[in-house]
Amino acid sequence: MREVAVIAFAQTQHTDHDEGLTDFELIHPVIQEVKERTGLSRFGFTCSGSCDYLAGAPFSFVSALDSIGAWPPISESHVEMDAAWALYEAWVRLQHGDVDSALVYGFGKSSMGDLREIMTLQLDPYYLAPLGLDQVSFAALQASAYGAGRAELDEIVRRSRADGRNNPHALDLGDPAGEEFEVAPLRPYDVAPITDGAAAIVLAAGDLARELAERPAWITGIAHRIEPHYLGMRDLTRSPSAEAAGRAAGVGKGPVDVAELHAQFSHEELILRQALELPAETVVNPSGGALAANPVMATGLIRIGEAASRILDGGAGRTVAHATSGPCLQHNLVTVLEA
Amino acid sequence: MGNRCAVIGVGQTRYQTKRRDVSIAGLVREAALRALEDAGLTFKDIDAVVIGKAPDLFEGVMMPEAYLADALGAAGKPMTRVHTAGSVGGSTALVGASLIQGGVHDRVLVVAFEKQSESNATWALSTHLPFNASLVVGAGGYFAPHIREYMRRSGAPDHIGTLVAVKDRQNALKNPYAHLKIPGINRQMVESTPMLWEPIRYLETCPSSDGACAMVLASEDKVTGTPAWVHGTAMRSEPMARADRDTVSPQAGKDCAADVYRQAGITDPRREIDVAEVYVPFSWYEPMWLENLGFAAEGEGWKLTEAGCTAFDGDIPWNASGGVLSSNPIGASGLIRFAEAALQVRGMAGEHQVDGARTALGHAYGGGAQFFAMWIVGAQKP
Repeated sequence: MREVAVIAFAQTQHTDHDEGLTDFELIHPVIQEVKERTGLSRFGFTCSGSCDYLAGAPFSFVSALDSIGAWPPISESHVEMDAAWALYEAWVRLQHGDVDSALVYGFGKSSMGDLREIMTLQLDPYYLAPLGLDQVSFAALQASAYGAGRAELDEIVRRSRADGRNNPHALDLGDPAGEEFEVAPLRPYDVAPITDGAAAIVLAAGDLARELAERPAWITGIAHRIEPHYLGMRDLTRSPSAEAAGRAAGVGKGPVDVAELHAQFSHEELILRQALELPAETVVNPSGGALAANPVMATGLIRIGEAASRILDGGAGRTVAHATSGPCLQHNLVTVLEA
Repeated sequence: MGNRCAVIGVGQTRYQTKRRDVSIAGLVREAALRALEDAGLTFKDIDAVVIGKAPDLFEGVMMPEAYLADALGAAGKPMTRVHTAGSVGGSTALVGASLIQGGVHDRVLVVAFEKQSESNATWALSTHLPFNASLVVGAGGYFAPHIREYMRRSGAPDHIGTLVAVKDRQNALKNPYAHLKIPGINRQMVESTPMLWEPIRYLETCPSSDGACAMVLASEDKVTGTPAWVHGTAMRSEPMARADRDTVSPQAGKDCAADVYRQAGITDPRREIDVAEVYVPFSWYEPMWLENLGFAAEGEGWKLTEAGCTAFDGDIPWNASGGVLSSNPIGASGLIRFAEAALQVRGMAGEHQVDGARTALGHAYGGGAQFFAMWIVGAQKP
């Protein structure tokens, strides 16, 4: 495949409340930041990820075109998925060989509605949604099936929140405390926080990447897989789609210095570590991960941005990023980045 | 453009107001199975699935690819959900083609659908965020002023829209999948229907349909049966709020056409393209797009329509299938254009086959006439 690298990444200072910004006001600064950092004002391809249901209106992505300065008209597409999949589409487009750069961005304001209820609308509308099980209940079923120990989960949350406090873009959340359950066995702090935010990444191919970045984060593997929707057809103790995507992306072909995992519930980190067969020495979610900031539809893209940043800043040689979609880790995308 | 790509299978459902006999999953599966049958393949042979549809509010299912993975045989494979407003059906085909052109996969299933009977599209389109431009009451309310401005600029006589409404419905009578079939359709019938949004009358607008369309795309090595080769693909988008944007003949449409013609080596679309499937949801968009796509000079598009050039027996048939005016499962409408273009160059369009079609244009647009997706397909390998 053609050599393609992440050469710039920017994200908002995510908030746990609505700051009164429209979607395009949220995106504009991060788009400007990656444009300034790369010196590129036009891109061969642009792709974004967002979700109408977060805004509660159709075409919520349309106004974003106004903030990216799409004039003269641009070659552009959009996925109604986490923007990590927009990055995948852009990576595929760069494989054609006729364009050398791509802008990818994602945004979401989950403060605008009741995320738990909204995510329930993702379920089979005939047989699952009417049952009234919401997103957290689904996750609790998986946590229960996996049988994670409380101490292990607490430690994941404690570490994620501590790392998040050191990440200027993540929320400031205190150490986990309290005995009550959100939905047993999950406690409130096992659930990723409501977050508003946006992120942008610039991809460049071959020589352009070498010219614009001192230490490009080369994408040496990227793959995604979906699995059946119905929980009854799945072994909830593992993530076969993450396993398959990880193998296809070549996670195990070298050491993994850092892994950024899109775990929206603490137990998902355990399932994903196993699925990707991460070595014990791999540093997981040094950014704090989704448990410290979860701007839905950008969270997966941020994992790629964070994993790439560890290479761009010289701190790591080989990193892995993971993004997920659908109930109980139904759909997983794995990216391997190398210096 | 990357590696060669071809359409080797097309499947459509019958388009109608309400498909009460199938779920959403049943609807998309019906189209997918027909496309696979046309290609002589099964789900097992497919490497990846790309699905597109217009806003999720149309059915009230958020990100439905999660739920539809099972019905489309996607488990264990990559699945992508595309959403680029009304152009999404076209974009879905292009994202699928891109996977082959980029050398990532050999066989991709692309599917697009809408089950409009699950909700009310006009109201789903009429909610908007505070402080943002609104699509007014439905798409017709938004586009009617653009049409009036076209009429003012071009001096087109009032009956041109009626001619398109009649012509496309006459074509629909030849298409077994078409939704609106109005035997004996004529100008008087169209002119007797109520005015919805001046100058758009009831029969000058597209229906609300349930339906799905699917295609199997293949790399050169995996071509089976009769292929339609992809000669060019392009997408263009422009912002809604740019002050000097021309909403009547958008620059993004012109640029997208120029890009796709360049890839396909087309310099005179009127003469070199044999048949075009163009997204015309309101009758007047035929003359408007004739100009935007370079089939006619500015201000001259309506003359081609009036002279019958775009009719089934004209020199450049537009929408031989009956077009969006006859079938409109919104999210699928663009993919149907792309699929009908492929059927024409494969010689498999049945009763609405245009004799000797070798090169065809598929076109879709969306948003406030700001998102465009196009492809050129041909009988010959590029």
